[in-house]
Amino acid sequence: MRALAAGLCATIALLGACTEGDRTAAGAAAAPGEVAMAGTPEGIPSHAPARFGFGSEASDARVAMWDIDVRPDGEGLPAGSGSVAQGRDVYNVHCVACHGPTGTEGPNDRLVDSEQWDDVPGTRTVGNYWPYATTLYDYIRKAMPQLTPGILSHDQVYAVIAYILWMNEIVPEDAVMDAETLPAVVMPARDKFVVDDRVGGAGIVR
Amino acid sequence: MPRDERPRLSRRAWITTTSGVIAAGLVKTQSDAIKLVAQEAPSDPTKVPGRLVSELGTRAPAEQPKRLVRAQALSSSSRTPLADLMGTITPADLHFERHHAGIPDIQFEDHELLIHGMVERPMVFRMPDLMRYPQVSRIRFLECSGNGGGVYNRERMPTEVTVQALDGLLSTSEWTGVAVSTLLREVGVRPGASWILAEGGDSAVMSRSVPLDKVMEDSILAYGQNGERIRPEQGYPLRLFNPGYEGNTSVKWLRRIEVTDQPTHTRDETSKYTDPLGDGTVRQFSLVMDAKSVITFPSYPYVLPDPGWWEIRGLAWSGRGRITRVEVSTDGGRSWVDAALQGPILDKSTVRFRHLFDWNGRDTVILSRATDETGYVQPTVEQLWEARGTRTSYHQNHQRAWRIARTGEVTFGLGELV
Repeated sequence: MRALAAGLCATIALLGACTEGDRTAAGAAAAPGEVAMAGTPEGIPSHAPARFGFGSEASDARVAMWDIDVRPDGEGLPAGSGSVAQGRDVYNVHCVACHGPTGTEGPNDRLVDSEQWDDVPGTRTVGNYWPYATTLYDYIRKAMPQLTPGILSHDQVYAVIAYILWMNEIVPEDAVMDAETLPAVVMPARDKFVVDDRVGGAGIVR
Repeated sequence: MPRDERPRLSRRAWITTTSGVIAAGLVKTQSDAIKLVAQEAPSDPTKVPGRLVSELGTRAPAEQPKRLVRAQALSSSSRTPLADLMGTITPADLHFERHHAGIPDIQFEDHELLIHGMVERPMVFRMPDLMRYPQVSRIRFLECSGNGGGVYNRERMPTEVTVQALDGLLSTSEWTGVAVSTLLREVGVRPGASWILAEGGDSAVMSRSVPLDKVMEDSILAYGQNGERIRPEQGYPLRLFNPGYEGNTSVKWLRRIEVTDQPTHTRDETSKYTDPLGDGTVRQFSLVMDAKSVITFPSYPYVLPDPGWWEIRGLAWSGRGRITRVEVSTDGGRSWVDAALQGPILDKSTVRFRHLFDWNGRDTVILSRATDETGYVQPTVEQLWEARGTRTSYHQNHQRAWRIARTGEVTFGLGELV
C-alpha cells in the first residue's frame, strides 16, 4: 500500500504537485501544465488549523500610527485647519520649486487649470480632473514635498490644499480647509468618472 | 619581434608554423610553448585551461542585455530588453522598473506588514511570520498599464523604435509568497468588506485600492522571484502581486493592508491610471490587462541579411486568463495563420509564439494578434480609437506591426497601416 501511494505520488509529482501530507484531491480546476495546489483553492491544506497564530495582534495605537489614508467621505482626516493665505506661504516655501509660481510652470506635474472640458481633457490638473479634494490630503501628507515627505504639519497640509483649490477657482479666497470643509468641496470633474465596464469575450472592444 | 607586432595566428596557422618557430629557436621550453599558444591562438578553448568555479555567476562578456532607462529621476522607469530574451521568464535583474519615489532601503528584519480595518483581529506580521505560512508559487506576467503608449498617436507613429522602448514595461517571473486569502483568513474579514487599500513603505507611500474579490481569488504577498528573494527594485522584502492587473496595483515594499467597504480614491487611481474616453467620461479602476501580443523578432533595429526561412517569434499574454491562440500575418493583415504556441500555457502568464516564415525578399508588414480564453481578440488600433477615443494614456493593447524592407531592414510599421 505504501509502495502504491509512493508510486501515485511520483506520478502526480511529475505533473507538478504532490506534497507529503496531502490528503485531498486537487482543489481548483487546472489546465494542462498547471496543477492546482491540493486542498482549498488558496492553497491551504484541509488539515490546516483555522488560525496559525503567527504574527501579533496590533494595538489601536499601532494601527493609528500607520492608518493615515483619507477617503472621500472624510474618514481619516486629522484635526487642524488652514487658510488660503497660510497656504500661499507653505506653497512658496515647499512646492514652488517643482510646480512653479502659479502651479502651471512645472517642471513637475501641473496643478492648476480651471478651464473645464467637454469631451477630452486638455490637461489633467486638480482643477479639471481630480474627482475628490480629499485625495489631496491623502497624497500630500504621504508623498509631498518629494524630497522631504512628511515635513508638513496637519495645519500646513490643510492650508496648502486651500491655496491649490483657490488657484483652481474651486474655493473662495477666504476659504478655510479642515476635516469638515474639505470633504464638502465638490470637484468639477467628479461626475465624469465612471467605473470600468470592460469585459472579456469575442467581438468585444471597450 | 615586439609582442604587439607579432602576427595573430589561428590554431591551424600556428600548427603549420610551429616547426619553423622551433627551428628558429623562439620556443625553448614547454612554458614558452604554453605562453605562445595563449598569445597566438586564444580562440581555441581546448588548448588553454578554463576558469575555476565561483560563488556568483556572470553573463558571458559579449552578452550584456540592459534595461532601457527613461530618466534618472525619482519617478521613472526602466524597460526590459524583450528582443534579447528567450522563452518567457525574465531574469530578475532585467525585470522592468517603475518607481514613484525611488527605491527604499528596507531591512528584512525591520519590515512589518499591518493588516487592519474591517477585520476581526488587526495584526502585525514580520517577515519570518509571513514566510512560515503555507507558500504558493505562480508564474505570472506583470505589465505597466502605460506600456505601449508610444504607438497610439496617429500623428506621431514612430518607425525607428525597439520593442524594448515600446513594450518593455512587461516582464514574467515565478513569484513566491503567501496567498492574500491565507492572511485574510487569519485576521478574519468582517461582513460588508469589499475592497482593500494596499500601501507601500517607499517615500511616496504609494497606495492603491483593489477589490476584495480579486485579492481573495489569486493575489499573493510575494517575497520570492525566480527562486531568490525579491530584489529591492521589485519591492524587497514584500510586495503585493495581483495577477493580470495593471502593474501599479501590485504595490511594492508593502507595509499596510486596510480592509474597507469602498475604494480610497488615491492619487494613483484618480489623477493617474485613469482613462479619458473621448466622450466626456473618464474610466476609473480599469484594472485588468486585456490580451496582447508583440513580435520580438524580427524587430527594429534588426536587419534580415537575406531572404529565405526566418522564424517570427514573440510573446502573448492576457490578464483575463490563458492565451488560446496567436495569429501572425506576413502580408500587412490581409491574411492570418496560426502561430505555434510553446507550452505550458499558464493562466495570466506570457506564452512564447513562433511562426516559420519564408521571406521572399519583398517589402512587407508582419503583425500578430492574440486571443484569450474568454474569446477576446487583440484589437486593431482603429478599434481602440473607436472604443476609447484617441487620447487615453493607458491600456493600449492593440496589434503591433513591423515593416520588413527589401533591404532586410525592420522598422515599426503600424504607421503604414493606419
